[in-house]
Amino acid sequence: MKPRRLVRALLLLSLLLGSLLLAACQRGGELPWKLTNVSGHMPDLDFKLVDDRGKPVTGADYRGKVVLMYFGYTHCPDVCPLTLAQLHVVMQRLGPLADDARILFVSVDPARDTPDVMHAYVNAFDPHAVGLSGEPRALEALSKRYRSAYTREPDKGDGQYEVSHSSAIYIFDRDGKARLLSTAADAQDDLVHDLHLLLDIGAKP
Amino acid sequence: MSARFAVLLLGLLCAGTAMAGDAAQVAASHAWIRVMPGALPAGGYVVLENHGDHAVSLNAASSPVYADVMLHKSSTDTGMGRMEKVDMLAIPAHGKAALSPGGYHLMLMKAGAPVKVGDKVRIVLQFTDGSALAVDFEAKPANTVDGGDTSEMHHH
Repeated sequence: MKPRRLVRALLLLSLLLGSLLLAACQRGGELPWKLTNVSGHMPDLDFKLVDDRGKPVTGADYRGKVVLMYFGYTHCPDVCPLTLAQLHVVMQRLGPLADDARILFVSVDPARDTPDVMHAYVNAFDPHAVGLSGEPRALEALSKRYRSAYTREPDKGDGQYEVSHSSAIYIFDRDGKARLLSTAADAQDDLVHDLHLLLDIGAKP
Repeated sequence: MSARFAVLLLGLLCAGTAMAGDAAQVAASHAWIRVMPGALPAGGYVVLENHGDHAVSLNAASSPVYADVMLHKSSTDTGMGRMEKVDMLAIPAHGKAALSPGGYHLMLMKAGAPVKVGDKVRIVLQFTDGSALAVDFEAKPANTVDGGDTSEMHHH
């Protein structure tokens, strides 16, 4: 009689412990992400740039916010505006939660993208968007840090040129840890889903 | 002001030359422009339907409003966002070709006067046989995802 009761108690205890562990795992990064999970495979958000109000900023200034980082340039008439317009819809779908998220639009064209130009540009898309520009070397360092690439294409003769650039969106949690990678192929529902999860974890400011 | 009038007149004259030929069998719809701040280049989009029995090719475009209009194609293959100039876009017989965000588009540069949201901007599409089709594009806000829900079309 007695040993059987003990076995039952142990079984119950292990079940309880097991479910507790499972819950812990869910908190610790095993969340049901839909986008590409890059946790632990990419460095934390870190840079020294200038925002679209001309203020020097670092990655640490965005701690407490979920960050969506995208490389582009203002003279890009098609893909960059499309991506930012799509992110604007995502922000609208998040509703008031979007206040805890920031879109960092990082210029790969520092020669033309001054803070003034960047300010007008990002504000045409979404109030949660910040335009970052700065020293060419600082931008290059940031791009390299995330294995993102950009190439200035040859001048068309009238001073106009295009810049080819990585089209991925890098997503960081509130602690500045790289978490997810989103590409043009991902469904918007998946991005909204994962941002809800990310906004739910980490220390709020 | 008179220079602007001259440009406008020129545009109308160009539009006037749009008559028979390939352009006559093409219907344009969902024509819109993504308005960008300042003097930044804007994207122009339109759906072209070929009702004819032979394929036609769009090979140029011009506008009384933008000094520079180019046919471009974006791609995000291999994770890189690129843009390239294209010489022509074929529209198959009884088929469709769409200039839409993230793909083929008109790159509009050097506006003579600022284009505002709500404006109608005339763009003349030129085909390889020399015929032309004038289309009024609706100017939409920068953060429009796909503004192709209205259409304006002028056949000549």
